[in-house]
Amino acid sequence: MAVRNNRLSAEEYQQHFSDIHPPFETRDAALVEANRCLFCYDAPCTKSCPTSINVPKFIKQITTDNLKGSAYTIFSSNIMGGGCAKVCPVEKLCEGACVYNLMEEEAIPIARLQRYATERAIQEKWPLFERKPSIGKKVAVIGAGPAGLSCAHALSREGVDVTIYEKESKGGGLMTYGIAAYKVTPQFCQEEVDYITSIGGIDIQYNKEFGKDITLDELQRQYDAVYLGFGVGLARQLYIPGEQLDGVVDAISFIYDIRNSGFPAVPVGDQVAVIGMGMTAIDAATQAKRLGAKEVTLVYRRTQQEMPCTEAEMNIALLDGCKIIWLAAPTEILGEDGKVAQLVCNVVKLEDAAGGRRQLVITDEQIILPVDMVIKAAGQMPFEQLVHSHELNNDHGKITTTSNGVTSIAGVFAGGDCVNGGKEVVDAVQAGKDGAKAILEYMQNEESPESNS
Amino acid sequence: MADISANFLGIKSPNPFWLASAPPTDKKLNVLRAFEAGWGGVVWKTLGSQIKNVSSRYSSIDYNGHRVMGFNNIELISDRPLDLNLKEIAECVRLFPDRAMIVSLMADNNRESWHELIKKVEDTGAHGLELNFGCPHGMTERGMGAAVGQDPDIAARVVEWVMEAATTPVITKLTPNVHSVVPTGRAAVNAGTNALSLINTIQSVTGVDLDTFVPNPNVGGQSTFGGYCGPAVKPIALKMLTTISQDPVTAKVPVSGIGGISTWKDAAEFMLLGATTVQVCTAAMRYGFRIIEDLCDGLNNWMDEKGFKTIGDFIGRSVPTLTSWEELDINYHIIAKINQDKCIHCGLCYISCEDGAHQAINLSYGNPYNTYTVKDEECVGCNLCKLVCPVDNCITMEVHRRGDEYLNWKEFQRRGLPLNDH
Repeated sequence: MAVRNNRLSAEEYQQHFSDIHPPFETRDAALVEANRCLFCYDAPCTKSCPTSINVPKFIKQITTDNLKGSAYTIFSSNIMGGGCAKVCPVEKLCEGACVYNLMEEEAIPIARLQRYATERAIQEKWPLFERKPSIGKKVAVIGAGPAGLSCAHALSREGVDVTIYEKESKGGGLMTYGIAAYKVTPQFCQEEVDYITSIGGIDIQYNKEFGKDITLDELQRQYDAVYLGFGVGLARQLYIPGEQLDGVVDAISFIYDIRNSGFPAVPVGDQVAVIGMGMTAIDAATQAKRLGAKEVTLVYRRTQQEMPCTEAEMNIALLDGCKIIWLAAPTEILGEDGKVAQLVCNVVKLEDAAGGRRQLVITDEQIILPVDMVIKAAGQMPFEQLVHSHELNNDHGKITTTSNGVTSIAGVFAGGDCVNGGKEVVDAVQAGKDGAKAILEYMQNEESPESNS
Repeated sequence: MADISANFLGIKSPNPFWLASAPPTDKKLNVLRAFEAGWGGVVWKTLGSQIKNVSSRYSSIDYNGHRVMGFNNIELISDRPLDLNLKEIAECVRLFPDRAMIVSLMADNNRESWHELIKKVEDTGAHGLELNFGCPHGMTERGMGAAVGQDPDIAARVVEWVMEAATTPVITKLTPNVHSVVPTGRAAVNAGTNALSLINTIQSVTGVDLDTFVPNPNVGGQSTFGGYCGPAVKPIALKMLTTISQDPVTAKVPVSGIGGISTWKDAAEFMLLGATTVQVCTAAMRYGFRIIEDLCDGLNNWMDEKGFKTIGDFIGRSVPTLTSWEELDINYHIIAKINQDKCIHCGLCYISCEDGAHQAINLSYGNPYNTYTVKDEECVGCNLCKLVCPVDNCITMEVHRRGDEYLNWKEFQRRGLPLNDH
């Protein structure tokens, strides 16, 4: 048993991390599906999209060979519509709401069609948006993730000059650093960021960390408004013995390393346990397997009913050969010579509780898994200290805002994971749009306060 | 099993499905394969004076991913040598004596030419003749085809010439490129034609290429008006057929129905409106002769279900139900009803009624699924919602008569009843 890197050949890495949702090969193939769309009115798919993409419209535009119009329809609601087409859990959003589900028919493959409509726009750099002439306003955005980029793009369209401060060396945020590589390639992430910023008026300052390299005070002095979109990042601890052993990693940094250092460089064990059943847990488990781990076991203290990931995600893990142990609560990690050797879990029993609910009861019965690597995916925590130090109103580190991103500090706005605690990319994109709208209103009011008093 | 055989003026065929005069019937190779596949008869592609064809020849209309909803051609009559055609016709008749062999003709516009052509064709043993008075392109400029069919006097004269020479049944094929097919139909019947067939193709431009700006089909950077057919023309053909079935003069002769017939259902509809046999072309060009299997099978099963023993039991049955508007019962009133258990909440009924009809559907907001209900008092019973609903029988039209008695427009006016009840 050993944790080591470089387990596979270059071909194997490439094969294992190739696109899990291949695009339509031909126009004809896309049209077969596009033509199935009923063109619903007040469509359930649109209502189920956090960014309210007009799905029937963009699909109709595919069928009329108006691919430019189709891409515009998508991007005008969701500037990361290209990436979202690859990473959105569509089975619980647009595709899950498709009326065909109610006919017991296959839902329209909205994500694949969205990808079809956006991919060429990104690859061929279609200039779909035009920036209004500069209005002489400057906004600083913290974080070049989905919320920050979305906010920056919306502001730039209105003629605002935006500077984004990003602590990493690449943009895209979670899209670039936090999602399984077989869903979005690093190259795509780069292209998407480039496409968004191609509108002009957006300057991204990389390797600039908020609170360290730049401070809110400075930004408030230099800019007309500040948008905080720094996300979440810290992995939640399990607070069980053995967490500090060599071979225990958190899923966030594990995925970050895969995205940042390349597949061969990332070490993985022979027998890996992944704790959790969220999207990140699945991404970690499947990628561990794809990096060459012999056995990967997901351990979850509840049942399939309660798991946060979608069934489609779970199926990816199962098809990759990952095992799942339900109703097992990790209680201790045991080591040998400072290295992980066993994961001890206590069996959880379901007991009926009052009101027809089920209660989880941890029993004394134990399951002991021989492992050489443990990946913790028990959720992410907000940057609590960072938030506290800026005296932003918050809820356990999650910045408190009104619905349109207004924080407790005048001229400072926030959105995305740093507000909601960690949701989908598409939620962050919407938050960025909302924030931009609020910022524009704020700057207008600042300019002519009397007319809005 | 019902008997689906047809007897058209003594021309017998095991089923009422004939292949229309067109490329599928232009040579022995094809016709024998069609007969082997089970087709009841063929109308051999039009024989006449020598012509030359161009390339390309066809274009079509696609709709929402469905190809060839409408089909257009600029091909002329047979471009094969007459003697070869005649020899092959004779062989086909000999090899398949139980199938109908009709030969389509378009002679030059004089008595001798027609007489000569008829003599040669009848010598093959063919069972009947079809006069091509309908071809809308190419031949028209030479005073043939639709040029004949569009003028009742010329049509009558040609039919008279034909009847002087013909010993086999003569079917006159009518062009739809007129405001009404009845005048030419009457003229042909009065001149002695034994039967009518309709419709020929409709003059058309199917579209313009948005890159080259040349309409299709493109012949070296130019195009020409073609003849439109296929599923898209069926409703027009059915209407024209009905006028022939209802006219006291033309109703005296049997009719072979043509125009977008692709399935047994289409065929049954043509027959219900008066056709004794039907002719198929576009569907066979598109899918091949094999479609005959379901044409026969489907018709047979439907006839069994309806208790029809022979096709004569239902030919023309629907003709009397098509009346003039002023005979319709104003007291008949229907109201749409949406079955909430079947509804998939697509909203298509709502938006079509709201923007396209009578604002009679109520939207009750839901996330993500709205609920749609009919405002009974606003519904005029137009059918639009039912037509656009993608779920079978989700929207039904329920009868709520406005009065017990039959009340038509004439009577309504006579009584001076109030208008604008809505």
